[in-house]
Amino acid sequence: MTEPVIGILGAGKLGTTLARLGVQAGLTINIGNRHDVADLKWIIDTMAPGAHTMSAADVIASADVVILAIPLSHVADLDPAALAGKLVLDATNYWKEVDGTVNRISSFTQSSSEVVQAHLAASQVAKAFNHMGYHDLEIEVDRHPTARRAMAYATDHDASRPVIEHVLQAFGFAPFDLGPLRFGLVLEPGSPLFGEAITPAEFQAKLDTLYASPFGQKIIAARGGKID
Amino acid sequence: MAKQAYTFGLDTFGDIAFRDDGTQMGAGESLRQVVKEAQLADALGIDLIALGEHHRSEFAISSPEIVLGAMAQATSNIRLGTAVTVLSSDDPVRVFERFSTLHALSNGREEIMLGRGSFTESFPLYGFDMENYDGLFEEKIAMWAELLKGKPMNWEGKFTQKLTETTVYPQLPAGETIATTVGVGGSPESIIRAVYYGFPVVIAIIGGEPTRFRPYVDLYHQAAKQFDKPDLPLGMHAHGIILDDAAEATEVGWQYIKAEMDRIGIDRGWAPMSRDRFEFEIDKGSYYVGTPEQVAQKIAKNMKALDMSRFDLVYGTGGQLEHQRLATIRNYGERVIPRVKELLGGGAHD
Repeated sequence: MTEPVIGILGAGKLGTTLARLGVQAGLTINIGNRHDVADLKWIIDTMAPGAHTMSAADVIASADVVILAIPLSHVADLDPAALAGKLVLDATNYWKEVDGTVNRISSFTQSSSEVVQAHLAASQVAKAFNHMGYHDLEIEVDRHPTARRAMAYATDHDASRPVIEHVLQAFGFAPFDLGPLRFGLVLEPGSPLFGEAITPAEFQAKLDTLYASPFGQKIIAARGGKID
Repeated sequence: MAKQAYTFGLDTFGDIAFRDDGTQMGAGESLRQVVKEAQLADALGIDLIALGEHHRSEFAISSPEIVLGAMAQATSNIRLGTAVTVLSSDDPVRVFERFSTLHALSNGREEIMLGRGSFTESFPLYGFDMENYDGLFEEKIAMWAELLKGKPMNWEGKFTQKLTETTVYPQLPAGETIATTVGVGGSPESIIRAVYYGFPVVIAIIGGEPTRFRPYVDLYHQAAKQFDKPDLPLGMHAHGIILDDAAEATEVGWQYIKAEMDRIGIDRGWAPMSRDRFEFEIDKGSYYVGTPEQVAQKIAKNMKALDMSRFDLVYGTGGQLEHQRLATIRNYGERVIPRVKELLGGGAHD
Protein backbone atom coordinates (compact mmCIF):
# COMPACT_ATOMS: atom_id res chain seq x y z
CA MET A 1 0.00 0.00 0.00
CA THR A 2 1.11 3.59 -0.41
CA GLU A 3 2.45 4.96 2.83
CA PRO A 4 -0.46 6.60 4.65
CA VAL A 5 -0.05 10.17 5.82
CA ILE A 6 -0.32 10.27 9.61
CA GLY A 7 -2.10 13.16 11.27
CA ILE A 8 -1.67 13.70 15.00
CA LEU A 9 -4.17 15.81 16.90
CA GLY A 10 -2.62 17.06 20.13
CA ALA A 11 0.94 18.15 20.79
CA GLY A 12 1.43 17.32 24.45
CA LYS A 13 3.36 14.46 25.99
CA LEU A 14 1.92 11.77 23.74
CA GLY A 15 1.51 13.80 20.54
CA THR A 16 5.10 15.03 20.47
CA THR A 17 6.40 11.56 21.37
CA LEU A 18 4.44 9.88 18.57
CA ALA A 19 5.53 12.60 16.14
CA ARG A 20 9.17 11.95 17.00
CA LEU A 21 8.76 8.18 16.69
CA GLY A 22 6.90 8.56 13.40
CA VAL A 23 9.50 10.83 11.85
CA GLN A 24 12.26 8.44 12.97
CA ALA A 25 10.35 5.66 11.25
CA GLY A 26 10.29 7.67 8.02
CA LEU A 27 6.56 8.40 8.07
CA THR A 28 4.93 11.63 6.96
CA ILE A 29 3.69 13.22 10.18
CA ASN A 30 1.33 16.19 10.25
CA ILE A 31 0.56 17.55 13.69
CA GLY A 32 -1.66 20.26 15.10
CA ASN A 33 -3.58 21.34 18.16
CA ARG A 34 -6.12 23.95 19.21
CA HIS A 35 -3.61 26.77 19.18
CA ASP A 36 -2.20 28.88 16.39
CA VAL A 37 0.15 27.15 14.01
CA ALA A 38 2.83 29.78 14.68
CA ASP A 39 2.67 29.08 18.42
CA LEU A 40 3.16 25.37 17.84
CA LYS A 41 5.59 25.30 14.93
CA TRP A 42 8.77 26.20 16.84
CA ILE A 43 7.83 23.65 19.52
CA ILE A 44 7.42 20.85 16.98
CA ASP A 45 10.53 21.91 15.08
CA THR A 46 12.39 21.49 18.39
CA MET A 47 10.67 18.42 19.82
CA ALA A 48 10.03 16.44 16.65
CA PRO A 49 12.01 17.95 13.79
CA GLY A 50 10.71 16.74 10.46
CA ALA A 51 7.06 16.67 11.49
CA HIS A 52 4.82 19.18 9.73
CA THR A 53 2.95 21.64 11.92
CA MET A 54 -0.45 22.72 10.65
CA SER A 55 -3.87 23.65 11.93
CA ALA A 56 -6.00 20.87 13.38
CA ALA A 57 -8.36 21.25 10.42
CA ASP A 58 -5.48 20.83 7.95
CA VAL A 59 -4.16 17.85 9.89
CA ILE A 60 -7.52 16.15 9.54
CA ALA A 61 -7.95 17.11 5.89
CA SER A 62 -4.48 15.94 4.84
CA ALA A 63 -4.22 12.71 6.82
CA ASP A 64 -5.15 9.17 5.87
CA VAL A 65 -4.91 8.11 9.49
CA VAL A 66 -5.69 10.48 12.36
CA ILE A 67 -4.30 9.75 15.83
CA LEU A 68 -6.17 11.32 18.75
CA ALA A 69 -3.52 12.42 21.25
CA ILE A 70 -5.80 14.81 23.10
CA PRO A 71 -7.62 14.47 26.42
CA LEU A 72 -10.61 12.15 26.17
CA SER A 73 -12.86 14.95 27.40
CA HIS A 74 -11.89 17.05 24.37
CA VAL A 75 -13.02 14.46 21.83
CA ALA A 76 -16.58 15.80 22.08
CA ASP A 77 -15.28 19.09 20.61
CA LEU A 78 -14.15 17.37 17.39
CA ASP A 79 -16.33 17.86 14.34
CA PRO A 80 -17.58 14.43 13.24
CA ALA A 81 -18.18 15.68 9.68
CA ALA A 82 -14.52 16.69 9.26
CA LEU A 83 -13.41 13.21 10.32
CA ALA A 84 -16.07 11.31 8.35
CA GLY A 85 -14.61 8.42 6.37
CA LYS A 86 -11.23 8.65 8.09
CA LEU A 87 -9.43 5.96 10.02
CA VAL A 88 -9.07 7.35 13.54
CA LEU A 89 -6.70 5.78 16.07
CA ASP A 90 -8.00 6.69 19.49
CA ALA A 91 -5.06 6.90 21.88
CA THR A 92 -7.05 8.62 24.64
CA ASN A 93 -7.72 7.24 28.09
CA TYR A 94 -9.86 8.57 30.88
CA TRP A 95 -7.32 10.41 33.03
CA LYS A 96 -8.58 12.18 36.12
CA GLU A 97 -5.84 14.83 36.06
CA VAL A 98 -7.17 16.17 32.80
CA ASP A 99 -10.68 14.77 32.48
CA GLY A 100 -11.91 15.37 36.04
CA THR A 101 -12.07 13.43 39.27
CA VAL A 102 -15.30 11.62 38.45
CA ASN A 103 -15.52 9.74 35.17
CA ARG A 104 -18.77 10.79 33.54
CA ILE A 105 -17.62 9.71 30.07
CA SER A 106 -16.93 6.00 29.98
CA SER A 107 -17.71 2.95 32.09
CA PHE A 108 -17.26 -0.81 32.29
CA THR A 109 -20.23 -1.20 29.98
CA GLN A 110 -19.14 1.42 27.45
CA SER A 111 -15.39 1.70 26.97
CA SER A 112 -13.95 5.11 26.16
CA SER A 113 -13.22 4.25 22.53
CA GLU A 114 -16.83 3.16 22.04
CA VAL A 115 -17.82 6.64 23.25
CA VAL A 116 -15.38 8.10 20.72
CA GLN A 117 -16.79 5.91 17.93
CA ALA A 118 -20.34 6.95 18.87
CA HIS A 119 -19.33 10.61 18.51
CA LEU A 120 -17.34 10.05 15.32
CA ALA A 121 -20.06 7.85 13.87
CA ALA A 122 -18.93 8.13 10.25
CA SER A 123 -15.23 7.44 11.02
CA GLN A 124 -13.50 4.09 11.36
CA VAL A 125 -12.38 4.30 14.98
CA ALA A 126 -9.79 1.93 16.41
CA LYS A 127 -8.41 1.91 19.92
CA ALA A 128 -4.60 1.95 19.73
CA PHE A 129 -1.54 3.44 21.47
CA ASN A 130 -3.42 3.30 24.79
CA HIS A 131 -1.72 0.76 26.99
CA MET A 132 1.87 1.96 26.94
CA GLY A 133 3.02 5.13 28.72
CA TYR A 134 4.37 7.87 26.46
CA HIS A 135 7.86 7.51 27.94
CA ASP A 136 7.74 3.76 27.38
CA LEU A 137 6.72 4.14 23.73
CA GLU A 138 10.18 5.49 23.02
CA ILE A 139 12.10 3.50 25.60
CA GLU A 140 10.70 0.14 24.55
CA VAL A 141 10.96 0.70 20.81
CA ASP A 142 14.65 1.56 21.19
CA ARG A 143 15.29 -1.23 23.63
CA HIS A 144 13.78 -4.09 21.63
CA PRO A 145 14.49 -3.58 17.95
CA THR A 146 13.97 -7.27 17.24
CA ALA A 147 11.65 -8.67 19.94
CA ARG A 148 9.05 -6.01 19.24
CA ARG A 149 6.54 -5.02 21.90
CA ALA A 150 2.87 -5.78 21.42
CA MET A 151 0.67 -2.80 20.58
CA ALA A 152 -2.89 -3.92 21.04
CA TYR A 153 -5.74 -2.50 19.01
CA ALA A 154 -9.47 -3.04 18.68
CA THR A 155 -11.90 -1.94 15.99
CA ASP A 156 -15.26 -2.78 14.49
CA HIS A 157 -13.96 -2.05 10.97
CA ASP A 158 -12.40 -5.20 9.55
CA ALA A 159 -11.44 -3.49 6.30
CA SER A 160 -9.23 -1.11 8.28
CA ARG A 161 -7.22 -3.83 10.00
CA PRO A 162 -4.46 -4.05 7.36
CA VAL A 163 -3.87 -0.29 7.49
CA ILE A 164 -3.91 -0.25 11.30
CA GLU A 165 -1.41 -3.10 11.44
CA HIS A 166 0.78 -1.41 8.85
CA VAL A 167 0.84 1.81 10.88
CA LEU A 168 1.56 0.09 14.20
CA GLN A 169 4.37 -1.85 12.55
CA ALA A 170 5.76 1.30 10.98
CA PHE A 171 5.91 2.94 14.41
CA GLY A 172 7.99 0.00 15.63
CA PHE A 173 5.47 -2.28 17.35
CA ALA A 174 4.00 -5.75 16.87
CA PRO A 175 0.26 -5.28 16.23
CA PHE A 176 -1.97 -7.33 18.52
CA ASP A 177 -5.56 -7.68 17.36
CA LEU A 178 -8.07 -7.75 20.23
CA GLY A 179 -11.08 -7.95 17.90
CA PRO A 180 -14.13 -5.66 17.98
CA LEU A 181 -13.90 -2.24 19.62
CA ARG A 182 -15.69 -3.25 22.85
CA PHE A 183 -12.77 -5.57 23.67
CA GLY A 184 -10.58 -2.48 23.93
CA LEU A 185 -11.93 -2.09 27.47
CA VAL A 186 -9.20 -4.51 28.57
CA LEU A 187 -6.56 -1.88 27.70
CA GLU A 188 -7.93 0.84 29.96
CA PRO A 189 -6.23 2.18 33.10
CA GLY A 190 -6.58 -0.27 35.97
CA SER A 191 -6.33 -3.31 33.74
CA PRO A 192 -3.30 -5.57 34.22
CA LEU A 193 -2.62 -5.01 30.51
CA PHE A 194 -2.42 -1.24 30.96
CA GLY A 195 1.18 -0.08 31.14
CA GLU A 196 2.52 -3.30 29.65
CA ALA A 197 5.33 -3.22 27.11
CA ILE A 198 5.76 -6.94 26.42
CA THR A 199 5.94 -9.32 23.48
CA PRO A 200 2.75 -10.56 21.78
CA ALA A 201 3.14 -14.00 23.38
CA GLU A 202 3.48 -12.45 26.84
CA PHE A 203 0.56 -10.16 26.10
CA GLN A 204 -1.60 -13.12 25.10
CA ALA A 205 -0.69 -14.93 28.33
CA LYS A 206 -1.72 -11.92 30.40
CA LEU A 207 -4.91 -11.52 28.41
CA ASP A 208 -5.74 -15.18 29.09
CA THR A 209 -5.71 -14.55 32.86
CA LEU A 210 -7.38 -11.13 32.75
CA TYR A 211 -10.63 -12.26 34.35
CA ALA A 212 -8.79 -13.56 37.40
CA SER A 213 -7.62 -10.01 38.14
CA PRO A 214 -9.58 -7.45 40.19
CA PHE A 215 -10.11 -5.45 36.98
CA GLY A 216 -11.46 -8.52 35.20
CA GLN A 217 -13.77 -9.20 38.13
CA LYS A 218 -15.10 -5.64 37.88
CA ILE A 219 -15.83 -6.18 34.19
CA ILE A 220 -17.79 -9.34 35.02
CA ALA A 221 -19.67 -7.62 37.84
CA ALA A 222 -20.61 -4.63 35.68
CA ARG A 223 -21.49 -6.50 32.49
CA GLY A 224 -22.88 -9.65 34.02
CA GLY A 225 -20.12 -11.67 32.38
CA LYS A 226 -17.04 -11.48 30.24
CA ILE A 227 -16.93 -9.22 27.20
CA ASP A 228 -18.38 -11.23 24.31
CA MET B 1 25.26 31.26 28.95
CA ALA B 2 27.28 32.67 31.82
CA LYS B 3 29.79 30.51 33.64
CA GLN B 4 27.80 28.56 36.16
CA ALA B 5 28.88 26.39 39.05
CA TYR B 6 27.52 22.87 39.15
CA THR B 7 25.04 21.89 41.83
CA PHE B 8 24.91 18.40 43.29
CA GLY B 9 21.95 17.64 45.46
CA LEU B 10 20.31 14.85 47.38
CA ASP B 11 16.56 14.38 47.13
CA THR B 12 14.26 12.34 49.33
CA PHE B 13 10.54 11.92 49.83
CA GLY B 14 11.17 10.76 53.40
CA ASP B 15 10.54 7.11 52.56
CA ILE B 16 9.72 5.15 55.70
CA ALA B 17 13.17 3.70 56.44
CA PHE B 18 14.46 0.50 58.02
CA ARG B 19 16.84 0.04 60.95
CA ASP B 20 19.93 -2.06 60.34
CA ASP B 21 18.26 -5.01 62.10
CA GLY B 22 15.63 -4.97 59.35
CA THR B 23 12.76 -3.60 61.42
CA GLN B 24 10.83 -0.73 59.94
CA MET B 25 11.07 2.73 61.47
CA GLY B 26 7.96 4.72 62.21
CA ALA B 27 7.22 7.99 60.42
CA GLY B 28 8.68 10.02 63.31
CA GLU B 29 11.96 8.13 63.34
CA SER B 30 12.15 8.34 59.54
CA LEU B 31 11.77 12.13 59.74
CA ARG B 32 14.50 12.44 62.37
CA GLN B 33 16.66 10.16 60.21
CA VAL B 34 16.36 12.59 57.28
CA VAL B 35 17.48 15.49 59.50
CA LYS B 36 20.51 13.45 60.61
CA GLU B 37 21.24 12.67 56.96
CA ALA B 38 21.12 16.38 56.11
CA GLN B 39 23.75 16.93 58.80
CA LEU B 40 25.94 14.28 57.21
CA ALA B 41 25.42 15.77 53.75
CA ASP B 42 26.28 19.21 55.12
CA ALA B 43 29.48 17.90 56.70
CA LEU B 44 30.40 16.28 53.38
CA GLY B 45 29.93 19.57 51.52
CA ILE B 46 27.01 18.41 49.37
CA ASP B 47 25.37 21.49 47.85
CA LEU B 48 21.70 20.82 48.49
CA ILE B 49 19.12 18.55 50.05
CA ALA B 50 15.60 18.70 48.66
CA LEU B 51 12.46 17.14 50.09
CA GLY B 52 9.38 15.96 48.25
CA GLU B 53 5.87 16.52 49.55
CA HIS B 54 3.65 13.43 49.70
CA HIS B 55 0.51 12.42 51.48
CA ARG B 56 0.62 8.63 51.56
CA SER B 57 1.80 5.82 53.79
CA GLU B 58 5.16 5.14 52.12
CA PHE B 59 6.49 8.63 52.80
CA ALA B 60 6.91 10.56 56.05
CA ILE B 61 7.26 14.06 54.59
CA SER B 62 4.01 15.93 54.03
CA SER B 63 5.24 19.24 55.47
CA PRO B 64 8.72 19.72 54.01
CA GLU B 65 9.27 23.27 55.26
CA ILE B 66 9.06 22.14 58.88
CA VAL B 67 11.68 19.47 58.26
CA LEU B 68 13.79 22.05 56.42
CA GLY B 69 13.40 24.38 59.41
CA ALA B 70 14.86 21.70 61.66
CA MET B 71 17.65 21.16 59.15
CA ALA B 72 18.34 24.90 59.09
CA GLN B 73 19.24 24.73 62.75
CA ALA B 74 21.25 21.52 62.40
CA THR B 75 23.38 22.50 59.39
CA SER B 76 25.48 25.43 58.24
CA ASN B 77 26.04 25.49 54.50
CA ILE B 78 23.82 23.04 52.66
CA ARG B 79 20.98 24.58 50.63
CA LEU B 80 17.56 23.46 51.81
CA GLY B 81 15.02 22.78 49.12
CA THR B 82 11.84 21.07 48.10
CA ALA B 83 11.40 18.71 45.15
CA VAL B 84 8.62 19.40 44.70
CA THR B 85 6.17 21.67 46.44
CA VAL B 86 2.79 20.84 44.94
CA LEU B 87 1.78 24.44 44.34
CA SER B 88 -1.49 23.50 42.60
CA SER B 89 -3.04 22.24 45.82
CA ASP B 90 -1.45 24.84 48.07
CA ASP B 91 -2.03 28.52 48.73
CA PRO B 92 0.78 30.54 47.12
CA VAL B 93 0.51 33.20 49.84
CA ARG B 94 0.99 30.65 52.60
CA VAL B 95 3.79 28.99 50.65
CA PHE B 96 5.49 32.37 50.36
CA GLU B 97 5.10 32.97 54.11
CA ARG B 98 6.60 29.59 54.92
CA PHE B 99 9.54 30.05 52.58
CA SER B 100 10.26 33.63 53.58
CA THR B 101 10.28 32.37 57.20
CA LEU B 102 12.68 29.62 56.15
CA HIS B 103 14.74 32.24 54.33
CA ALA B 104 15.19 34.07 57.64
CA LEU B 105 15.91 30.98 59.73
CA SER B 106 18.36 29.46 57.23
CA ASN B 107 20.13 32.69 56.28
CA GLY B 108 18.91 32.45 52.72
CA ARG B 109 19.68 28.79 52.11
CA GLU B 110 16.11 27.90 51.11
CA GLU B 111 15.04 26.89 47.61
CA ILE B 112 11.65 25.96 46.31
CA MET B 113 10.90 23.66 43.42
CA LEU B 114 7.38 24.07 42.15
CA GLY B 115 5.46 21.25 40.52
CA ARG B 116 2.02 20.34 39.30
CA GLY B 117 2.22 17.19 41.37
CA SER B 118 2.74 13.85 39.70
CA PHE B 119 1.24 12.34 42.84
CA THR B 120 -2.27 13.72 43.13
CA GLU B 121 -3.24 12.74 46.70
CA SER B 122 -3.05 16.36 47.83
CA PHE B 123 -5.95 17.45 45.58
CA PRO B 124 -8.83 15.68 47.32
CA LEU B 125 -7.03 16.03 50.68
CA TYR B 126 -7.06 19.82 50.44
CA GLY B 127 -10.36 20.06 48.64
CA PHE B 128 -9.22 20.79 45.09
CA ASP B 129 -10.89 19.32 42.04
CA MET B 130 -8.56 17.42 39.78
CA GLU B 131 -10.59 18.75 36.89
CA ASN B 132 -8.64 22.00 37.37
CA TYR B 133 -5.26 20.23 37.50
CA ASP B 134 -3.71 22.43 34.84
CA GLY B 135 -5.60 25.65 35.52
CA LEU B 136 -4.66 25.56 39.20
CA PHE B 137 -0.96 25.34 38.44
CA GLU B 138 -1.08 27.92 35.69
CA GLU B 139 -2.73 30.48 37.92
CA LYS B 140 -0.73 29.73 41.04
CA ILE B 141 2.66 29.85 39.35
CA ALA B 142 1.68 33.28 37.98
CA MET B 143 0.71 34.33 41.51
CA TRP B 144 4.01 32.97 42.85
CA ALA B 145 5.98 35.01 40.31
CA GLU B 146 4.03 38.08 41.43
CA LEU B 147 4.63 37.36 45.13
CA LEU B 148 8.36 37.10 44.52
CA LYS B 149 8.40 40.73 43.42
CA GLY B 150 7.93 41.58 47.11
CA LYS B 151 5.76 44.60 46.44
CA PRO B 152 2.28 45.40 47.75
CA MET B 153 0.24 43.14 45.54
CA ASN B 154 -2.95 43.41 43.57
CA TRP B 155 -4.33 40.11 42.40
CA GLU B 156 -7.51 38.61 41.14
CA GLY B 157 -7.82 35.03 39.99
CA LYS B 158 -10.25 32.22 39.42
CA PHE B 159 -8.89 29.75 41.98
CA THR B 160 -7.06 32.14 44.30
CA GLN B 161 -7.92 34.94 46.69
CA LYS B 162 -8.26 38.55 45.69
CA LEU B 163 -5.51 40.79 47.06
CA THR B 164 -5.55 44.59 47.09
CA GLU B 165 -2.30 46.41 47.79
CA THR B 166 -1.41 43.53 50.09
CA THR B 167 2.01 42.94 51.57
CA VAL B 168 2.87 39.40 52.64
CA TYR B 169 5.05 38.92 55.73
CA PRO B 170 7.75 38.28 56.66
CA GLN B 171 9.07 40.32 53.77
CA LEU B 172 12.32 39.25 52.19
CA PRO B 173 15.29 41.56 52.78
CA ALA B 174 15.72 44.09 49.97
CA GLY B 175 17.38 42.57 46.92
CA GLU B 176 16.86 38.97 48.09
CA THR B 177 14.53 36.38 46.69
CA ILE B 178 13.41 32.79 47.16
CA ALA B 179 15.38 30.70 44.68
CA THR B 180 12.70 29.05 42.55
CA THR B 181 12.89 26.19 40.09
CA VAL B 182 10.18 24.16 38.40
CA GLY B 183 10.18 20.37 38.48
CA VAL B 184 8.94 18.78 35.25
CA GLY B 185 8.36 15.24 34.07
CA GLY B 186 7.86 15.28 30.33
CA SER B 187 5.17 17.74 29.45
CA PRO B 188 6.34 20.24 26.84
CA GLU B 189 3.98 22.89 28.19
CA SER B 190 5.50 22.64 31.68
CA ILE B 191 8.89 23.52 30.25
CA ILE B 192 7.53 26.40 28.24
CA ARG B 193 5.65 27.74 31.25
CA ALA B 194 8.81 27.68 33.40
CA VAL B 195 10.70 29.63 30.75
CA TYR B 196 7.88 32.13 30.50
CA TYR B 197 8.19 32.95 34.21
CA GLY B 198 11.98 32.94 34.08
CA PHE B 199 12.49 29.87 36.29
CA PRO B 200 15.05 27.13 35.67
CA VAL B 201 13.79 23.55 35.44
CA VAL B 202 14.84 20.25 36.91
CA ILE B 203 13.66 17.27 34.88
CA ALA B 204 12.75 14.05 36.65
CA ILE B 205 14.49 11.48 34.48
CA ILE B 206 13.45 8.30 36.22
CA GLY B 207 13.24 5.82 33.36
CA GLY B 208 14.82 5.04 30.02
CA GLU B 209 17.94 6.39 28.40
CA PRO B 210 18.50 9.91 29.71
CA THR B 211 19.58 11.20 26.30
CA ARG B 212 15.97 10.69 25.27
CA PHE B 213 15.30 13.96 27.10
CA ARG B 214 17.46 16.01 24.74
CA PRO B 215 14.37 17.40 22.94
CA TYR B 216 13.07 18.76 26.27
CA VAL B 217 16.38 20.46 26.99
CA ASP B 218 16.40 21.92 23.49
CA LEU B 219 12.84 23.10 24.05
CA TYR B 220 13.87 25.07 27.14
CA HIS B 221 16.63 26.86 25.25
CA GLN B 222 14.45 27.47 22.21
CA ALA B 223 11.62 28.82 24.37
CA ALA B 224 14.05 31.22 26.06
CA LYS B 225 14.87 32.63 22.62
CA GLN B 226 11.24 32.70 21.60
CA PHE B 227 10.10 34.66 24.66
CA ASP B 228 13.35 36.59 25.12
CA LYS B 229 13.73 35.15 28.62
CA PRO B 230 16.88 34.09 30.47
CA ASP B 231 18.38 30.90 29.03
CA LEU B 232 19.08 29.16 32.33
CA PRO B 233 20.95 25.92 32.89
CA LEU B 234 18.87 22.84 33.57
CA GLY B 235 19.04 20.09 36.15
CA MET B 236 18.01 16.47 36.42
CA HIS B 237 16.78 14.23 39.22
CA ALA B 238 17.22 10.44 39.30
CA HIS B 239 17.29 7.50 41.70
CA GLY B 240 20.52 5.95 42.92
CA ILE B 241 22.29 3.66 45.36
CA ILE B 242 26.06 3.93 45.72
CA LEU B 243 27.83 1.08 47.52
CA ASP B 244 31.37 -0.27 47.34
CA ASP B 245 30.09 -3.53 45.89
CA ALA B 246 28.19 -3.22 42.60
CA ALA B 247 26.32 -6.51 43.00
CA GLU B 248 25.14 -5.50 46.45
CA ALA B 249 23.94 -2.13 45.15
CA THR B 250 21.98 -3.92 42.43
CA GLU B 251 20.29 -6.23 44.93
CA VAL B 252 19.43 -3.38 47.30
CA GLY B 253 17.92 -1.58 44.32
CA TRP B 254 15.99 -4.62 43.23
CA GLN B 255 14.62 -5.03 46.73
CA TYR B 256 13.70 -1.42 47.44
CA ILE B 257 13.49 0.65 44.24
CA LYS B 258 11.48 -2.01 42.45
CA ALA B 259 9.18 -2.43 45.44
CA GLU B 260 8.49 1.29 45.56
CA MET B 261 7.90 1.61 41.82
CA ASP B 262 5.54 -1.36 41.93
CA ARG B 263 3.59 0.06 44.89
CA ILE B 264 3.14 3.39 43.14
CA GLY B 265 2.37 1.53 39.93
CA ILE B 266 -0.68 -0.05 41.55
CA ASP B 267 -2.23 3.42 41.83
CA ARG B 268 -0.98 4.70 38.50
CA GLY B 269 -1.74 1.61 36.50
CA TRP B 270 1.89 0.72 35.75
CA ALA B 271 2.84 -2.91 35.38
CA PRO B 272 5.30 -4.33 37.93
CA MET B 273 8.94 -3.77 36.95
CA SER B 274 10.63 -6.73 35.30
CA ARG B 275 14.18 -7.74 36.20
CA ASP B 276 15.13 -7.16 32.59
CA ARG B 277 13.89 -3.55 32.68
CA PHE B 278 15.49 -2.97 36.09
CA GLU B 279 18.89 -4.11 34.81
CA PHE B 280 18.45 -2.01 31.69
CA GLU B 281 17.85 1.02 33.89
CA ILE B 282 21.16 0.35 35.69
CA ASP B 283 23.17 -0.44 32.54
CA LYS B 284 21.87 2.17 30.14
CA GLY B 285 18.87 3.85 31.69
CA SER B 286 18.10 6.14 34.57
CA TYR B 287 19.23 4.31 37.71
CA TYR B 288 22.54 5.37 39.23
CA VAL B 289 23.14 2.11 41.04
CA GLY B 290 26.65 0.76 41.49
CA THR B 291 30.09 1.65 42.82
CA PRO B 292 31.18 5.28 43.23
CA GLU B 293 33.22 5.09 40.02
CA GLN B 294 30.37 3.55 38.00
CA VAL B 295 27.88 6.11 39.26
CA ALA B 296 30.27 9.02 38.73
CA GLN B 297 30.96 7.96 35.15
CA LYS B 298 27.26 7.68 34.43
CA ILE B 299 26.34 11.01 36.02
CA ALA B 300 29.14 12.80 34.15
CA LYS B 301 28.19 11.18 30.85
CA ASN B 302 24.54 12.15 31.12
CA MET B 303 25.16 15.65 32.47
CA LYS B 304 27.45 16.24 29.49
CA ALA B 305 25.03 14.76 26.98
CA LEU B 306 22.18 16.90 28.27
CA ASP B 307 24.18 20.03 29.24
CA MET B 308 22.99 19.77 32.82
CA SER B 309 24.34 22.04 35.52
CA ARG B 310 22.55 20.33 38.37
CA PHE B 311 22.19 16.70 39.37
CA ASP B 312 19.94 15.56 42.22
CA LEU B 313 20.35 11.99 43.41
CA VAL B 314 17.22 10.51 44.96
CA TYR B 315 18.50 8.39 47.83
CA GLY B 316 16.77 5.96 50.20
CA THR B 317 14.10 5.03 47.67
CA GLY B 318 11.76 2.43 49.11
CA GLY B 319 13.19 2.97 52.61
CA GLN B 320 16.41 0.89 52.73
CA LEU B 321 18.48 0.01 55.80
CA GLU B 322 20.02 2.93 57.65
CA HIS B 323 23.59 1.93 56.82
CA GLN B 324 22.72 1.61 53.12
CA ARG B 325 21.25 5.10 53.09
CA LEU B 326 24.28 6.55 54.87
CA ALA B 327 26.71 4.72 52.59
CA THR B 328 25.04 6.21 49.52
CA ILE B 329 25.23 9.73 50.98
CA ARG B 330 28.85 9.29 52.09
CA ASN B 331 29.94 7.82 48.75
CA TYR B 332 28.09 10.56 46.86
CA GLY B 333 29.73 13.35 48.86
CA GLU B 334 33.23 11.93 49.26
CA ARG B 335 33.80 10.14 45.98
CA VAL B 336 31.13 10.65 43.35
CA ILE B 337 30.75 14.43 43.33
CA PRO B 338 34.52 15.18 43.23
CA ARG B 339 34.95 12.56 40.51
CA VAL B 340 32.05 13.92 38.42
CA LYS B 341 33.51 17.42 38.66
CA GLU B 342 36.85 16.04 37.55
CA LEU B 343 35.23 14.25 34.61
CA LEU B 344 33.31 17.36 33.64
CA GLY B 345 36.44 19.43 33.96
CA GLY B 346 36.93 22.01 36.64
CA GLY B 347 33.56 22.24 38.34
CA ALA B 348 32.13 25.00 36.17
CA HIS B 349 30.90 25.08 32.62
CA ASP B 350 29.86 27.55 29.99
